[in-house]
Amino acid sequence: MMTAARPDAPIPGTTIFDGRQAMKGYALNKMCYSFNDKANREAFVADEDAYCREYGLNEAQRKAVRERDVLALIAAGGNIYYLAKFAGILGLSVQDVGAQQTGMTVEAFRRKLTGEGA
Amino acid sequence: MARIIGGIATSHVPAIGGAIAKKKFEDPYWKPFFDAYPPAREWLAKTGPDVAVVFYNDHGLNFFLDKQPTFAVGAAPEYVNKDEGWGLPTIPPFPGIPELSWHIIETLVADEFDPVSCQEMAVDHGFVVPMQLLWPGRERPIRTVPICINTVQHPLPAPSRCYKLGQAIRKAIETYEQDLDVVILGTGGLSHQLDGERAGFINRKFDRMCMEKIVDDPESLARYSIHDLVLEAGAQGAEFILWLAMRGALGGHVKQVHANYHVPISNTAAGLLVLDSAA
Repeated sequence: MMTAARPDAPIPGTTIFDGRQAMKGYALNKMCYSFNDKANREAFVADEDAYCREYGLNEAQRKAVRERDVLALIAAGGNIYYLAKFAGILGLSVQDVGAQQTGMTVEAFRRKLTGEGA
Repeated sequence: MARIIGGIATSHVPAIGGAIAKKKFEDPYWKPFFDAYPPAREWLAKTGPDVAVVFYNDHGLNFFLDKQPTFAVGAAPEYVNKDEGWGLPTIPPFPGIPELSWHIIETLVADEFDPVSCQEMAVDHGFVVPMQLLWPGRERPIRTVPICINTVQHPLPAPSRCYKLGQAIRKAIETYEQDLDVVILGTGGLSHQLDGERAGFINRKFDRMCMEKIVDDPESLARYSIHDLVLEAGAQGAEFILWLAMRGALGGHVKQVHANYHVPISNTAAGLLVLDSAA
């Protein structure tokens, strides 16, 4: 097992994308990296499950992809910079993704961005 | 000899590239953001740098997790902007200055920094958006040295390490024999978090403190840990290390020419800071 060089207190609602997460999410992130190419985005849309299988996603990752469940994708090792490419295929903005993760409406999430911490 | 004329730090959200492509400069959402940039461009027109050394972070375009360098220095004749997954229009390549890049790489390694060298390097919004904001018409084709710092996969380099990297790059530029004026850019930040239940986190107080201290007391900011930055500025707010690398390259005293802070652009607190070294 890997241990952090210096243990830091966990930050609520935050998954640090470290080596452990990077190993867990490698196949998922590699698939999302492929979405930099338009042809691959189209191949994914044409047959999502086949595309996920081709990249060797595990069951939890495939389920999270099917359900467009961002928190589950992160728990399965997804890195947000790579997941953003997946969200783009679905036509989701980062406000849509933020709203989903925080259980808010998109409008309420937008208001939070404008008003929080003032 | 080459000399550093100053530095600019600016945020680099992908949506900015989209807004530029659609010319949304007068749109009520975008206007307060875009209106902050003319003073930065005026300073660049007045000082007329030949080269921009750009500290930025790649977001899964040039590098994948199969090989994730902590520091990477571009040494290419040109840097190509490519589709990073959203099909946004790409813009023409940016010319490099490989001779200076190699001098920087040689100086860094001699100084016990060990970057990856890249003779090909695709650049995403982290590099391109600041270039578009600062040189929109490209009337004066500026040459660039992109320096990529890992903010994707932890462990990220410590803020103090990035500040020292900037100092080492200052040494490299000041020992380069050609007579060139160099501006240093630091891109990314300020507070934002895209992932997790904490998504949408913004910390105005911390951002404002950072924008103030980085001018006259950057070393106090370099003492933060990455964990401190994630806690105070959000998971992607750790991009502030790119601002610290820029500031490290400027050396001791600088004069603040212009500053702007605007919340939000997309999910991000957008900062802009122009620092002059000569004053």
